[in-house]
Amino acid sequence: MEIPATRDPVGAVREVFGDAVLHVKEFRGETTIVIEALRAAEALDFLRVTSGLVYNMLSDVSAVDYYPNDYGASFDGDESDFRPERFAVSYHILSMLYNRRLRVKAFAAEDDPRLPTATVVWPAANWLEREIADMMGIVFEGHPDQRRLLMPDDWYGHPHRRDYPLGKETVAFSFNVDEIHEHKPFARD
Amino acid sequence: MAVAEQPQSIEEQRRWEGSLDQLRGLVSERAITGETMLLNMGPHHPSTHGVLRLLLELDGEQIISCLPDIGFLHTGIEKSVEDKSYEKAVPLTDRMDYLSPMSNNMAFSAAVEKLLELDVPERGQIIRVVCLELARCASHLVWLGTHAIDMGAMSVLLYAFRERERILGMFEMLSGQRMMSSYIRPGGVWRDVPDDFLPTIKQFLLDFPAKVDDYEALLTKNPIWKDRAQGVGVIEPDVALAYGMTGPALRGSGVNWDLRKAQPYSGYETYDFNVPLGEHGDVYDRYLIRIHEFRESMKILNQAVARLETVQGPYRSENNKYCPPLRSELGQSMEAVIHHFKLWTYGYDAPDDEIYNAIESPRGEIGCYIHGTGANKPRRVHFKTPSFIHISALPVVAKGYLLADMVAIIGSVDIVLGDCDR
Repeated sequence: MEIPATRDPVGAVREVFGDAVLHVKEFRGETTIVIEALRAAEALDFLRVTSGLVYNMLSDVSAVDYYPNDYGASFDGDESDFRPERFAVSYHILSMLYNRRLRVKAFAAEDDPRLPTATVVWPAANWLEREIADMMGIVFEGHPDQRRLLMPDDWYGHPHRRDYPLGKETVAFSFNVDEIHEHKPFARD
Repeated sequence: MAVAEQPQSIEEQRRWEGSLDQLRGLVSERAITGETMLLNMGPHHPSTHGVLRLLLELDGEQIISCLPDIGFLHTGIEKSVEDKSYEKAVPLTDRMDYLSPMSNNMAFSAAVEKLLELDVPERGQIIRVVCLELARCASHLVWLGTHAIDMGAMSVLLYAFRERERILGMFEMLSGQRMMSSYIRPGGVWRDVPDDFLPTIKQFLLDFPAKVDDYEALLTKNPIWKDRAQGVGVIEPDVALAYGMTGPALRGSGVNWDLRKAQPYSGYETYDFNVPLGEHGDVYDRYLIRIHEFRESMKILNQAVARLETVQGPYRSENNKYCPPLRSELGQSMEAVIHHFKLWTYGYDAPDDEIYNAIESPRGEIGCYIHGTGANKPRRVHFKTPSFIHISALPVVAKGYLLADMVAIIGSVDIVLGDCDR
């Protein structure tokens, strides 16, 4: 079987998505394409099915929180980096045919972080996105299963946010037990 | 202290236990009406290999749907790492996949090295390969023993643990710890191999192939084993790819993908070994692959041990901004003392940017995403762990098989819950 010639993923995505490609970055040999949040899933599907690209596997989905001031107007870091919003979700995709990886990144705003789900593109995204929704509080629109994954159902807050303190669970004493149980309706045992 | 109130009404009791309404859309309508049975398997079932809870919908003995419930072993490792310097985060990674801590150390260290552009000297790389392959054998031995005991072959566990004990003894020799070794660190390994390590591993390499033959004699042609394993838990290649499965679970379906070959790290491209592939994608093929991986690991270990004898030199990077100076230098060099003090109090700065690096662990691709802050602590570390991905695929793999096969399927994809929940 003849393998179709490889194409440059950045050029191919630019051609189809035009202005929706917000930024392209190279770091340590890894290419990152920052795409408009609303078209992220569409772009991932394009990268998966297009001949010459065939990113057939989703390796990882990870989210990062740029809290408190490493994003938007207050960000004064490296010119080559681009951080318009507080949250970013990175899809690490892998093309087995051409043996290369690519990162597709989308930003989500602080007040209402939302992204379209990639579960329709890869079922593998199901749990990876659920984990992010649980730990980072980003809503994936159209996700088939929006329950919490790692934390208990009655947990309060999203632990991987940078403004969530790295501490312990508050010990319940008689003076604060009501306040704690207010956040944990099912844990009164 | 307030005394917990007992539930007063049936409605309240339901709210405590979780109602069927929460499962609407996740299980079939027949479960809501009570036509099929919902059965809770775990979190303390011995065959779930840890604390995994499965909510199974059964029609007779047949599995209609399966809802895995994880998070019982969630320890917040990714969050804790955000408050540690890179060097001090290594011991936390041991606790993820507790059956092959060396692979986790390697995944994290290799990612940090990529972020810092830090090179590892050749001897360090060879020691790493020895550790990784020993870890693969140790991990597969636990898998073999527990998988066999799940399927009713009781004695394999004792034989497998006998050999694993020898490997853990070697880890203790190297790092002082049998399991939570923290031996592979950013820049190389903690220390050089001790003098009595080489004779020990050579003896082990002489003995082990015959032991693998013994395991095969117990299982491979055993008719009961074949009945339980062949044609059970078939994973089609396209399903495996769509669900992102890696490692023996993917190779069992005949997809030739091993990161040691495809994207070599730590000098794996210079070793001569084969990647065993399955044909049918069933439990039996995944069993055969891991048995063959023992033999391939032996091949790599033989080559690596031979190199260990000839290649001398530093075992960790000599860039003292990132790796501690030798202890013998501390008494003579002021600079070494400064470097040592700076490393163990502050650590080192890493760029404010992101990288993703993956290695082949015994279970599959274990990836590490690190986003630095420009200072000594990471902004975000995320581990993509094979067990997490494989448990997410369990519902498709198990669908339509019998309840007793579920145990075989869980065993054959080889999950570790510490790896899954992190």
